[in-house]
Amino acid sequence: MQAHANVMSLAADELQGKPKTVKMAAKLAYRNLFHDRLSLIVTLTGIVFSVVLVAVQCGLYIGSERMIAAMLDQSNGDLWVVPLGTKSFDDPSLLIGHEKYSVLSTTGVAGSEELVVGFAAWRKPKGGTTAVLLVGSDHQQGSLKPWNLTQGNLGDLDAPFTVAADDTYFKDLGIDKIGDTSEINGVRVRIAAVTHGIRSFTTLPYVFTSLKQARMLLDAGSNQASYTLVSVAPGADIETVRQDLIDRLQDREILTQQEFRNRSVDYWLFQTGAGSALIAGAALGMIVGVVIVAQTLYSSTKDHINEFATLRALGASAGYIHKVILIQAMLSAVVGYGIGMVLSMLVIWASKDTTLYIVMTPGLALLLFALTIGMCAIAAVSAIFKVTRIDPAGVFSR
Amino acid sequence: MTATNDRRVLLEANGITKVFGSGAGEVMPLKGIDLKLYAGELTLLMGPSGSGKTTLLSILGCILSPTKGSLVVADNSTEGRDAEGLANIRRQHVGFVFQGYNLFPTMTARENVMLALDVRSRPVVDPPTHALNALKAVGLGHRANAYPAKLSGGEKQRVAIARALAGAPSVILADEPTAALDAENGRAVMQLLSEVAKDPSRAVLAVTHDHRTLAYADRIVRIEDGKIHSDERPNKSAAQGYDAGHDAHAIQSAPAATAPDDKPSTPSKTFGGRFRIRRHA
Repeated sequence: MQAHANVMSLAADELQGKPKTVKMAAKLAYRNLFHDRLSLIVTLTGIVFSVVLVAVQCGLYIGSERMIAAMLDQSNGDLWVVPLGTKSFDDPSLLIGHEKYSVLSTTGVAGSEELVVGFAAWRKPKGGTTAVLLVGSDHQQGSLKPWNLTQGNLGDLDAPFTVAADDTYFKDLGIDKIGDTSEINGVRVRIAAVTHGIRSFTTLPYVFTSLKQARMLLDAGSNQASYTLVSVAPGADIETVRQDLIDRLQDREILTQQEFRNRSVDYWLFQTGAGSALIAGAALGMIVGVVIVAQTLYSSTKDHINEFATLRALGASAGYIHKVILIQAMLSAVVGYGIGMVLSMLVIWASKDTTLYIVMTPGLALLLFALTIGMCAIAAVSAIFKVTRIDPAGVFSR
Repeated sequence: MTATNDRRVLLEANGITKVFGSGAGEVMPLKGIDLKLYAGELTLLMGPSGSGKTTLLSILGCILSPTKGSLVVADNSTEGRDAEGLANIRRQHVGFVFQGYNLFPTMTARENVMLALDVRSRPVVDPPTHALNALKAVGLGHRANAYPAKLSGGEKQRVAIARALAGAPSVILADEPTAALDAENGRAVMQLLSEVAKDPSRAVLAVTHDHRTLAYADRIVRIEDGKIHSDERPNKSAAQGYDAGHDAHAIQSAPAATAPDDKPSTPSKTFGGRFRIRRHA
């Protein structure tokens, strides 16, 4: 052996300055993760698949909820008088009639507004018929009126036989532009205004018109409405007003805005099973993610088992080794989440002009991050279980 | 630590017995081993395959617990300690050199040493410099940023020795440190271990089959069938080992006068600070 020229004392290093602890666990985890590119790709694929699937499913869920409640969220009523047994806003029937006057004569009521909502047959200009949900409201005094207008204005809807339609459904309605004409229940109507992004959970396009026009098109009586909105006077107790209305309006239901919203959402998302399917899809995405990440982490741990045994032989505590694996899982989670979110946003962007309404909110993004971290932590359990059983004596005489 | 005739006992094993399995499958690789390792000595543990060397090394390194007997490492008894307790003793007082080097392939030589410092929870002023100095001490300062795949077998083993030195453990245990090396690298590693052992605060025990390593031993313990067969302090002046390229059985040994616990020989040289490696002529 060549003589060593170094005469040194490592102990002397420790006498000068403030000692620092060395932090290598994260570096080891990072190197283990990125050393085997193929394994990394499989891991990230699993996480990305899971993140995108859960993001889309949850985004659809939120989008569905917003679509179901869109009309209610745009309205401004403290209480709603609805036909008995109404399941949702999109399940309309007609009230008996004269409810508006009963409401207005009730103590504590400041105002009343009627909505006429009903299914109607839309005959396309070039042939063919489709069903639409016609929404008739007072565009001047009422709270519910077409929003996100891109062409035309509300005043144009005062003219006879005019409607507003959403451009998302132009293809379904067989129209191309403002000014096109069609027929609703055999009556010729003209597109006088165009909205954007008012999508329907039931896939039946909303078509807006005036209250009077809606009554005529749906063959309703002049005093009939589907819903009567009630504005409670300032200082009046909503529950007291509601009780008075219940006493006066037999065979109708009096709901708060939130109750009607919850009932509509509950009906479409849970009673029809649509929401359950979305939630099940998201859960499935999570499970697939956990399984793939667990499999690849376990495999990676097995590949590095000699190194973990060496760490153990060198005196590393079980906690130290668990930390390395958990950091590896967390690094996978962060990278996979980042890629998954970019892909999810691309999917959302691609669907923005379609009837598929996928929503990403800051809260959902945070929830997804937490879920991804949790998913990878759960996935690390099998790997941790594996290293916990390492026999450090195995490092000798390999 | 126990002082014995000017030498500290850094590791003391008494009546170490190990039994694996039970009933008809019972195996007893160790049958009442008594052994002390003294500061400033390189002890070679030799014996035929199956004699219990590796099992003894595992117990002395606090990796396995003995079925019977007691072990004290740097004044820390292993009795009653669970796996974490034993890991704590290893972390604080034992450094290992493995036959297969067991370096972390994704980390550079310097990072391998720094990892050992981290595992040992050993705070140092400047960890990268500390690790570099450890590598310089084994003659590998210029290879600090090389990954194990780019190092020769001898270089890998020297990195492993630098790693074992990190954190200044009292006892260094080497398992067949030259088995995977050619003559030149084997000599380099044994010279290094012999220098490491000259630190008066450290004891080195190497399990080996390689008789060419005998030339570097301060003491040779032979084990057969789970018992210590002999404990000798060779006359190093007659040793030739790697340099002669012949069977070092020819080394003249000075058999231990009586028991293995007898007074050890005074080291030929005394080295100053901990971890200090001297220039060789």
